[in-house]
Amino acid sequence: MTDAVMTTGVDTRVSPPQTALPERPPAEAPVSPPVAVRMRMETRKLSFFYGKNQALFEISLSIPEKSVTALIGPSGCGKSTFLRCLNRMNDIIVDTRVEGHVLLDGKDIYGPGTDVVDLRRRVGMVFQKSNPFPKSIFENVAYGLKINGLATRGQMPERVEQALRGAALWEEVKDRLHTSALGLSGGQQQRLCIARALAVEPEVVLMDEPASALDPIATQKIEELIYELKRNYTIAIVTHNMQQAARVSEYTAFFMLGRLVEYDRTEKIFTNPGQKITEDYITGRFG
Amino acid sequence: MTRAGRRRLLSSAVVLLCGAAVVLALIPLVFIFFYVIRQGFSSLNWDFFTKMPKPVGETGGGMANAMVGTLILIGIASAIAIPVGLVAGIYLSEYGGKSFASLVRFTADVLNGIPSIVIGIFAYGLAVMPVRRFSALAGGVALGFMMIPIITRTTEELLNLVPSSLREGALALGATRARASFSVMVPAALPGIMTGILVSLARISGETAPLLFTAFNNRFFSTRVDQPISSLTVQVYTYAISPYEDWHRQAWAGALVLVAMIFLFSILARVVTRRLERMHRT
Repeated sequence: MTDAVMTTGVDTRVSPPQTALPERPPAEAPVSPPVAVRMRMETRKLSFFYGKNQALFEISLSIPEKSVTALIGPSGCGKSTFLRCLNRMNDIIVDTRVEGHVLLDGKDIYGPGTDVVDLRRRVGMVFQKSNPFPKSIFENVAYGLKINGLATRGQMPERVEQALRGAALWEEVKDRLHTSALGLSGGQQQRLCIARALAVEPEVVLMDEPASALDPIATQKIEELIYELKRNYTIAIVTHNMQQAARVSEYTAFFMLGRLVEYDRTEKIFTNPGQKITEDYITGRFG
Repeated sequence: MTRAGRRRLLSSAVVLLCGAAVVLALIPLVFIFFYVIRQGFSSLNWDFFTKMPKPVGETGGGMANAMVGTLILIGIASAIAIPVGLVAGIYLSEYGGKSFASLVRFTADVLNGIPSIVIGIFAYGLAVMPVRRFSALAGGVALGFMMIPIITRTTEELLNLVPSSLREGALALGATRARASFSVMVPAALPGIMTGILVSLARISGETAPLLFTAFNNRFFSTRVDQPISSLTVQVYTYAISPYEDWHRQAWAGALVLVAMIFLFSILARVVTRRLERMHRT
């Protein structure tokens, strides 16, 4: 056994290589079951309904702290719906219903007394299509801080810079902070949205296909960023891109027709899946 | 003739027809402009803007009181209609869809179609009868009621054009529903909303009927909102039906000022829209 394997507790994991990303990090743990890791979020028998249509069927899944969990599956399998249950974004869609539990640090976010506004601050979200506000770059990042009262006017520039650095965007925009965010390229806009989400210091960041509308270079930047972020944040990412799931995630959940088919360490899912159907999907036999 | 030739011919014929329709639509505008300028410009002088109306028989004088009156009336109407129309439009767009909202939407459309004289009667009953006096306030109320449905509907329609992903983005950052509306959705729709407000202003500043028995008229200079007040439109009407040659000339001048004012509003609407939009894009 090598040193790398010896030092595998999740929290003491060797930090990933800083250079170009695509390879997997050096083989870390021998498949440690998700149970050994601290769970940040957890769903228990989560079902979701659009009117009479059931979109999710009793999904129980745990999202480990400070790592990336990828949700994969064919279109319409419910992975985005699942993701949006985790910060109650589905609340704003009329005629929908949730059953089961979603725990954030052990507390049910669908329980009575949950402050949805505070929940969404703690569980941030990045959307498929970048959606910067039609305001300046600075104002975009400052928005969450302002509405949540997290920073005074004086602290604002520092916090904005910090968030933009965190999203690896600072160097590109520092001279044009007060120009419109809509003047940025698609990839920059998406990183701005990530910066915006990071600014309010969430505990969990949900990403709904954050790179699906971007070109390969911008995609790579986002992936590198995700790689950086997981040192401090718990991330759940929906993706259609198998390679992306394999590159950025520690854990992968395979969804199909609203059910969780398989959930395990990413290496396991991609090299030795437990279900035939998972293998068929990953190898591109359908989907 | 070949098939292609026939198609080309038909195409040119349709283009020609469209062009003719456009010309036809513009003819009244061109004639009005031309005629009002020709008739009014010669009577337009510095006195017209600064002097008060002269008694019958004396020539000269101006419409200073009517111009100030019109501005005051527009001011009162805006003070009533802009907040109400804006908030109603936001409600319809952000919380609409339920039966109450569709009822509001329908009544706004009906209100928009009600003849202005009827609105005048309503304002008469509401703001003139109880105090038994014509007043600038009553005139402003009448004009305000005409503005509200226009502002409400344009605000709603323009908010509906703002992608809802922006709202989701704000909510995902911990904004409340109302906060998301006012801090993200409304600013994003602002250029269009401003245009709607300016269009409604242009529309009401030319109204005469609702003012006849609300603001009435006033031969003297007045800025009090509880007193009858003069307005360009009513003054033009009064002068135009009078038997005096000099008053007719002044009526034309008044009409020219009115047209110019509305023209100005329209240009302003375009400039504001463009400027705000530019701020949004780059």
